[in-house]
Amino acid sequence: MLHELTLSALTAKLAAGEVSAREAMLACLDRIDAVDGQVNAFMSLDRDDALGQAEAADAALANGSTHAAQPLLGVPVSLKDLFCAKGQPANCSSKILGDFRSPYDGTVVRKLRDAGAVLFGRVNMDEFAMGSSTENSAFGRSHNPWDLERVPGGSSGGCAASVAAQECFASIGTDTGGSIRQPAALCGCVGLKPTYGRVSRYGVGAVASSLDQVGPLARDVRDSATLLGAMAGHDPRDSTSVPTEVPDYAAGLGGDLKGIKLGLPREYLIDGIDPEVRAAFDAAVKQCEALGAEIHEVSMPHTEYGVATYYIVATAEASANLARFDGIRYGERVDGDDPFSLYCNTRGRGFGEEVKRRIILGTYVLSSGYYDAYYLRAQKVRTLIKRDFEQAFETVDALITPTVPAPAFKAGEKMDDPLQMYLSDIFTISCNLAGTCGISLPCGFTSDPKLPIGLQLLGKPFGESELLQIAHAYEQATPWHTERAAL
Amino acid sequence: MANNDFDIRYVANLARIALSPDEEAKLGAQLGDILGYVKKLEELDVAGVEPMAHAVPLANVLRADEVRPSIPQEAALANAPKQANGLFIVPKIVE
Repeated sequence: MLHELTLSALTAKLAAGEVSAREAMLACLDRIDAVDGQVNAFMSLDRDDALGQAEAADAALANGSTHAAQPLLGVPVSLKDLFCAKGQPANCSSKILGDFRSPYDGTVVRKLRDAGAVLFGRVNMDEFAMGSSTENSAFGRSHNPWDLERVPGGSSGGCAASVAAQECFASIGTDTGGSIRQPAALCGCVGLKPTYGRVSRYGVGAVASSLDQVGPLARDVRDSATLLGAMAGHDPRDSTSVPTEVPDYAAGLGGDLKGIKLGLPREYLIDGIDPEVRAAFDAAVKQCEALGAEIHEVSMPHTEYGVATYYIVATAEASANLARFDGIRYGERVDGDDPFSLYCNTRGRGFGEEVKRRIILGTYVLSSGYYDAYYLRAQKVRTLIKRDFEQAFETVDALITPTVPAPAFKAGEKMDDPLQMYLSDIFTISCNLAGTCGISLPCGFTSDPKLPIGLQLLGKPFGESELLQIAHAYEQATPWHTERAAL
Repeated sequence: MANNDFDIRYVANLARIALSPDEEAKLGAQLGDILGYVKKLEELDVAGVEPMAHAVPLANVLRADEVRPSIPQEAALANAPKQANGLFIVPKIVE
């Protein structure tokens, strides 16, 4: 069936004229009609716009455009609900944006369009990317395609669910503390968080500006490499994007792991990792060794401070970024007698509980009298966490860890205990604080119920090529990425 | 280890968020717990450690100071909750 193909298999068929982009888009729409009532990945869907883009791709193919020049030509790709695409909604899964329509295309959207992608649908997320389960969406949670009672992870849970449910060939998300890698792990797809500064953040709903990074969720490593190549690069509109050349990520794939040194951070292998996750991880490490990698134990002594540091830095930045939602220029407004009460009413009504919790926490840690004790101290600990990575990368090429300590949890399990929810990001958070790159890929399944398990590889800053090569070598030697959820 | 020094009403007011009494009670207790958890950072000696605001420091990123086209006024106002005469309408600020 067409909707089951990888992105690279689809582009081969499109190039050979075996299928049209319109047929590929229709296959996704049919699949959405068949399964999204169960999965609830899509928040909005403009079918006419999607088919129009697909027909334009078919016309381009008929006129001689190639996938060498436009690697995503005719490929349907879904977007997390926080990317600005002209004329389309970007609700950030929040009520506060009302019936907002983006007045412009963000840079990632423009680059994906230039690469020929058919960008369709807004997929679900935790409101303003705050959460690990999509349960914080103002529009209802998404369901894990492997077990509908369980969460797909978050915040890019709709992205991961839409890829795992085969409703699209790939999806674009954002990762602030694990929001691409964690849902990819829980849904059995590949999720890549590029190095901070690798991909432009212009036209992306801003949450924590020093941590947010855009990346792909896809069926395999090659597809992820192709998508990153299409999105990466310097953008004058984002002053934090880095003017470093973009290598051909997909062309570099195909080697083995001979001579590669992988670091096993001893602080990550704590008590409390689910036994099946631990067994799958240990087997993955052995597999990498069998492929030629050297395994070295390394120490990342500040790992246990990652979550605390993150929830100060990320909430502080979010409290500043989300100040823009004031009911004046766009989005929902709840009236008040004066501007002050208008702000308070709009924000009190428009934001969900987790967003309020984080804005208030962020406001507190930045407030007079507490700034030094919380925010400044957290920024210093962030330096120590980054040094852990720098020291580890002096001796190894990449770090190998589980992505999440446990498989997908049941909906509702952690909703009344935000701290427990935060701790599910324990292995993914430090990568964002250090600003380096990371990938999660499938490395096995639990037995009953059958749930995906994720392997995380963390690479050197701007070392995406090598990271993808390592991930690809492991992936091609194992069967996990070929498994599909039965829906 | 809860933090009892945390005044939810005061901070919510700073953040311009109206909370119901139920929300004040629930969020106040949860935030007290979270602040208790982040106190963990006090275990570390950070004397002499430079604070880090960004992972990739880029300084003085400037563009040429020249006039460029921007989105038209109608597009900028299209999402406004209230607008008239090319302006955003807000409640009266001064009597």
